[in-house]
Amino acid sequence: MAEISLRNYTMNFGPQHPAAHGVLRLVLELDGEVVERADPHIGLLHRGTEKLIEYRPYIHSVGYFDRLDYVSMMCQEHAYVLAIENLLGIEIPERAQYIRVLFSEITRIMNHLLNVTTMALDIGAMTPLLWGFEEREKLMEFYERVSGARMHANYFRPGGVAREMPAGLTEDIRAWMRTFPKVLDDIERLLNDNRIFRQRTVDIGVVSVAEALDLGFTGPMLRASGLPWDLRKSQPYEVYDRMDFDIPVGKHGDCFDRYLVRMVEMRESLKIMTQCLDQMPVGPVKLQDQKITPPRRAELKRSMEALIHHFKLYTEGFHVPEGETYAAVEAPKGEFGVYLVSDGTNRPYRCKIRASSFPHLAALEFMSKGHMLPDIPAIIGAMDVVFGEIDR
Amino acid sequence: MAIATLAERAETLSELLDEIAPALADVLLDSRIERGELTLRVHTPTVARVLTYLRDEPNCQFKMLVDLCAVDFPEREQRFEVVYHLLSLKYNQRIRVKVQTDEATPVPSVTEVFGAANWYEREAWDLYGVYFSDHPDLRRLLTDYGFEGHPLRKDFPQTGYVEVRYDDEQKRVVYERVSLRQDWRSFDFLSPWEGGGLLPGDEKAQGAAD
Repeated sequence: MAEISLRNYTMNFGPQHPAAHGVLRLVLELDGEVVERADPHIGLLHRGTEKLIEYRPYIHSVGYFDRLDYVSMMCQEHAYVLAIENLLGIEIPERAQYIRVLFSEITRIMNHLLNVTTMALDIGAMTPLLWGFEEREKLMEFYERVSGARMHANYFRPGGVAREMPAGLTEDIRAWMRTFPKVLDDIERLLNDNRIFRQRTVDIGVVSVAEALDLGFTGPMLRASGLPWDLRKSQPYEVYDRMDFDIPVGKHGDCFDRYLVRMVEMRESLKIMTQCLDQMPVGPVKLQDQKITPPRRAELKRSMEALIHHFKLYTEGFHVPEGETYAAVEAPKGEFGVYLVSDGTNRPYRCKIRASSFPHLAALEFMSKGHMLPDIPAIIGAMDVVFGEIDR
Repeated sequence: MAIATLAERAETLSELLDEIAPALADVLLDSRIERGELTLRVHTPTVARVLTYLRDEPNCQFKMLVDLCAVDFPEREQRFEVVYHLLSLKYNQRIRVKVQTDEATPVPSVTEVFGAANWYEREAWDLYGVYFSDHPDLRRLLTDYGFEGHPLRKDFPQTGYVEVRYDDEQKRVVYERVSLRQDWRSFDFLSPWEGGGLLPGDEKAQGAAD
């Protein structure tokens, strides 16, 4: 009998694959249907954000942060403005801190709704996507009302937030919060005990705590492995230290636990939002230092000084004292950090963006080795990758 | 848990520094605590040893490499700074470790110490051209296939050198030299009243004084 030579099969997954969550090109080496090697090729969405930031005054770059991870916009602005505020050594008004926390949590729900439902879609469940996106649309409406933009809000600014919340917004958020848990219940009823969903996610892509730490996992990926680590609790910023909420942790570190952690996190976010709305004081929403924040529009028409401040702020911007800082926030996908080096001028010398899902994707080979080809979409889906921030 | 003030954070970090400084005395060049953040500057060839120590020492337990990046200072003799950010989940502390290198000298790879370093080092190599020795797979990460140069260096122009477009005759994407419709404009917004330096039109007065 002739000797049969077996050859591994190399396959391209993406860059235009609907389950690749964007522009991921994945070169897979398959032995039959078992993944031997997975080599992600990224950078198809590389826009040189870090380079662009080096050439612009500090406030001009806030908009770039919306466009990194385009499903958790305000959380990334948050890390950037925190870094600037660290360097400037300023403290923002209390009301602004509450608004930031409120909208960070809205952003978290938006992000998790997208991730959980598209992950279900990749595995074959269509309905959660339709239900979840209806809610996302309502949240984007809150975004629009507060900032004027549905997604790329440019709302958090150094020294506070761009403007006061419009009248009636808090009542509408409260009304929405009353209806939202039912949607979560519905989605959970569809997925939690769904046989197909469980078969596709339970014991897929298991990562232990030690491995997760070594690979630099943060956020829900780390918590699903069983470590209760959340920057909102451990290194609180803004008013998170006054909030009462729990950190959900998983047990097995598989894709199903990651899904469950995200579902519970959404409920915890609702708790935080309620407390924010209850405790929110009245007062200014940005620092009253016209060297850092712009003067009121009405003043521009009457006050020469306000006009000069406005002009100087938007052309030259403010000077940031020489130094370096690393500011991190608990973004929905994990720790999102900004390492900012200032040389004392009005532009950052270096701005390194620590994307939260970058180390997760880097671990794809580790997580998918030995699994079947159809498990890849489940693993990528549960990783919650967005290429805007990975490629920068 | 209340938010720690800068002074409190600086205090715990200086305690930490007192503990680790003797063990790293032979490699530690400089240490600073600024804005509640601890920065160590160490000898380049020993960086893997330092990170292993920080990871395994019972009083440090910096188990996670949060970030690794390069910074370019073209005017320095050793132009690149490689910056490691570590996080200790046990003691809830962060530390920053820095090494310096130039275009030719490789930095020892820390992929053996932290698995997360793999892609971060590939990224630093891609964007800055910092070479990491003993890295298992030091390919480019973010830039295009066949890209030349290291785009985040300060001497690399913001517009780059080539641009792509789809050529309808050749039916494929072609690469061309960047052609700008108008000259690249870099505005100097720095206020001459705050920055010191020479005011425009003052060059003559300066010359007369010399």
